Amino acid sequence: MTEAERWYRERYSASPERDALFTTVSGEPVAPLYTADALPDPARIGFPGEFPFTRGVYPSMYRGRLWTMRQFAGFGTAEETNERFRYLLGHGQTGLSTAFDMPSLMGHDSDHPRSLGEVGREGTAIDTLDDMETLFAGIPMAEVSTSMTINAPAAVMLAFYVVAAEHQGVPPEQLSGTIQTDILKEYIAQKEWCFPVEPAMRLVIDMIEFCSRRMPRWHPVSISGYHIREAGSTAQQELAFTLKDGFTYVEQAIARGLDVDDFAPRLSFFFNAHIDFFEEIAKYRAARRVWARELRDTYGARDERSMLMRFHTQTAGVSLTAQQPLVNVIRTATEALSAVLGGTQSLHTNSYDEALALPAEEAVRIALRTQQVIAHETGVPNTIDPLGGSYYVEALTDRMEEAAYEYFRTIDQLGGMVEAIKQNYPQREIADAAFRYQEEIDAGRRIVVGVNRYVDELEEPLEILRIDPALERKQIDRLQSARARRRGEDVEAVLSALKQAATGDANLMEPLIECARAHASEGEIVSALQEVFGTYTETPVF
Amino acid sequence: MEAGSSTKKIRVVVAKPGLDGHDRGAKVIARALRDAGMEVIYTGLHQTPEQIAETVLQEDADAVGLSILSGAHMTLVPRVVNLLREQGAEDVVVTVGGTIPAEDIPELKKLGVAEIFTPGSSTQQIIDFIRGAVG
Repeated sequence: MTEAERWYRERYSASPERDALFTTVSGEPVAPLYTADALPDPARIGFPGEFPFTRGVYPSMYRGRLWTMRQFAGFGTAEETNERFRYLLGHGQTGLSTAFDMPSLMGHDSDHPRSLGEVGREGTAIDTLDDMETLFAGIPMAEVSTSMTINAPAAVMLAFYVVAAEHQGVPPEQLSGTIQTDILKEYIAQKEWCFPVEPAMRLVIDMIEFCSRRMPRWHPVSISGYHIREAGSTAQQELAFTLKDGFTYVEQAIARGLDVDDFAPRLSFFFNAHIDFFEEIAKYRAARRVWARELRDTYGARDERSMLMRFHTQTAGVSLTAQQPLVNVIRTATEALSAVLGGTQSLHTNSYDEALALPAEEAVRIALRTQQVIAHETGVPNTIDPLGGSYYVEALTDRMEEAAYEYFRTIDQLGGMVEAIKQNYPQREIADAAFRYQEEIDAGRRIVVGVNRYVDELEEPLEILRIDPALERKQIDRLQSARARRRGEDVEAVLSALKQAATGDANLMEPLIECARAHASEGEIVSALQEVFGTYTETPVF
Repeated sequence: MEAGSSTKKIRVVVAKPGLDGHDRGAKVIARALRDAGMEVIYTGLHQTPEQIAETVLQEDADAVGLSILSGAHMTLVPRVVNLLREQGAEDVVVTVGGTIPAEDIPELKKLGVAEIFTPGSSTQQIIDFIRGAVG
């Protein structure tokens, strides 16, 4: 009998235990106590900046440089969002992050019938090069690092960005930032698509290839677990599906003929920071270790930078409540702390009013201040991986890694991630997890403060941001006047060249950049590609 | 009502109007309604109001639940309600779920939406409401 077993028998089992759910938010059982027995071989933990990077990707981590505080923003037209960008830069934010509206994410122009009521609602509307130039007006594109959260039409937006920078006199080589581009998680979770899976994958690999040649400071894909988690997955599913998506891009880029070390250093990740504090920290630590090992051992990376998993984190929108919204400040702070303890490279903290609407300025300010308090007041960044060696966190990290490999095996048996998606496998796993979680809440087994416990009947409604419906008209006018200013025959020529290229196997980035230069709109470009590629329809499972 | 109608399964269309892909809620509700013994037709994502009205009519549904988190509810919901009315299906119970600001609720109800379920609503509340309203 170990000492821990003796303690459990003699002491713990003779003591009271609350009637509560002792599992993580993902349903992982949690033991009453973890001891030195849980510690893995020290080589699995290692040192910061050294393989397997469990403790962090850089040797000095936040002692060298704090994480980037990057608040996602966008609404209305490019003009409104440009103003919000300047506000955030003025308040000490160190990078920009663009939210696009639903029509832009789906490749529709603002005057498309399906865009009605959606223009500028959940992000900014970008239809043409002119909009992209307005978005970055007065912002030096050579200096600021930019994140663009767009996937299915990512190649089109990258083309707009490159040409907008060109007009500021900045060549692609100098641009730094990230574009999300992670189409696999769209089919799995976020569900904003334009094309069937295979041509969509081709566009991703075209971007990886183009960036490896022309944009050495740009991250062409941000492999994202965030949306998988928001769709209701567990932490284990988020980790496993995200890593597997990442491996799939690596495999296809290698199959294209690229050397893994030419592109893997520019792949980055994006995770959720959910409310289960230690589980999230374990997730980030496990993610780094698995990525490093697989890149080295399975994909033959030799350059250490290819093995580094750098990631952005956003606190969990899904954990926020519409009830007693100020309580969300505490949820977000806790989640942000887990991301920092997990070694994130950049962070977005949600605003307390986001279960209700896009955030108001005051709520955004508090969200940013939350990160600043963690960075400058708590002392947390003073040492690297402060929870390394914690019996509980190390045990959870190992368990998280095992769970990921279990999913990898299942997905491999289905024929890989693309096949698994077509068979609805990850979609079904997520729907099942979301349903179990809701059942726990409805049954009162899992407590959400203000929702199923500590409910306030009389709540003052919060002042929320309303998007002026007139902005939709304004954007349509912007688009139509942009169309009127250009030469129609130029647009026809570039679109037809694009279609021609799409029927073959040439890299589509150059033809897309030509489309941007000729002021073709996003919707026109996407429609042209759809003529060649077709569209995608999901067979939903619930 | 004709004899035996009380044992007839309630038929519900769960629909996702608009372009947003947030389908966690819609799918959880669809499954909870199905588990509660209803016949559930889930439309899938990115449906136009016309497509939704057509599904409701084709499926001879008793109720339709519209799940919308894109902020476009004041544009899309009235269109669905009007299309149903124009096609003589005004007896179909229309509910809306999603991030609907409190100040929009009275207007939606005035348009003929039977109930609005905002974040934090339990599946049981929704099941009970539909049973009561269709019943």
